[in-house]
Amino acid sequence: MSSEHAIDLISDFVSKAFEGARIGPEQDIFESGFGNSMFAMQMVTFVETTFDIELDGDDLDIDSFRSIARVAELVARKRQETAS
Amino acid sequence: MSEQTMNIMGVVGAGTIGMGVAHLFAQAGVNTVLIDRYDVQLEAARAQIRQNARMYALVQKNLADADVVVGHLTFSTQLSDIAGVDFVIENITENVEVKTAVHREIDAIVRSDVPVAANTSAIPITRIAGFGKHPERVIGMHFMNPPPIMPMVEIIRGTHSSKSALGAAEAAVTRAGKQSITVNDSPGFVTNRVMMLMVNEAMFLVHEGVAGVQEVDRLFKTCFGHKMGPLETADLIGLDTVKLSLDILYDEFNDPKYRPCPLLKRLVYAGHTGRKVGRGFHVYWSNRKEANHVE
Repeated sequence: MSSEHAIDLISDFVSKAFEGARIGPEQDIFESGFGNSMFAMQMVTFVETTFDIELDGDDLDIDSFRSIARVAELVARKRQETAS
Repeated sequence: MSEQTMNIMGVVGAGTIGMGVAHLFAQAGVNTVLIDRYDVQLEAARAQIRQNARMYALVQKNLADADVVVGHLTFSTQLSDIAGVDFVIENITENVEVKTAVHREIDAIVRSDVPVAANTSAIPITRIAGFGKHPERVIGMHFMNPPPIMPMVEIIRGTHSSKSALGAAEAAVTRAGKQSITVNDSPGFVTNRVMMLMVNEAMFLVHEGVAGVQEVDRLFKTCFGHKMGPLETADLIGLDTVKLSLDILYDEFNDPKYRPCPLLKRLVYAGHTGRKVGRGFHVYWSNRKEANHVE
């Protein structure tokens, strides 16, 4: 799965979560009034089930879920760790 | 009972808030007995507590991990298993008749010096205290959801609540690493008397087509800095609990300003009671959340 495809999947999840709102990859989901820490918990579940990775310890940092791009970075890093 | 002598906590009711209260004390290292009449509910609570212990790291670091939390918990369907506890927190549904029966049972099981806290959203504590033979030991403890990460507990002083029972409740909250504020008894206390009106009025805005679900929630978060919008908050509390709380406020004050929004009633009748069932004002999937078109 390419990083572009990962971003598409994350964007789709976030957009559907908020009635199809157009949220840019760098937009702060929390500061713009869409998400909160409860939504971040749903993002963890989404990321783990969609990309077949497990997040723990330092991965569970609220800042990693602040934007679509940051979630994509986290996914890329975890998949690289898993592969190596 | 003092902070030093509280060795075992008894938590009655393993619903959304009850499992959270048990989780809170277990994460603080207090051995806790969690009671529910249904095995399936206890199994669900055990799994949810494990999952929550992991997720709460997103909000707060240095909390006890899932194995430690579950290691301090005992699960039972027998209310008699609270016989040896030093403090009881009852968390069953917001129904006066059901609470009456359970408080009578608790009163007959635990030692006469054991404080019994009613965790209720709106029912006056003095009314609940009248159910048992020891009204002086009954106090109110209103935990916010989710209890393991929320910093404050509202403690309610009933007409008959003794100083020792109130002191024990304050000590228990301190032991759990939280703060408390004690208020006098009144339907809905301080928090929910205001909160229920606010979320109900937000529902009327959606019902009347003034704004959509997302717009209402985003306005509160971005304009007022609230962490959650009123409709997300209602979903988190549980729409059935919100309706029951409004019903109690309406009955107790006989004031029409507490009449539940028809849209709230419709969602509850449909079984769409919020986050715990995956659908309320919003829709919550295991890996997606969409606005529920209730306008």
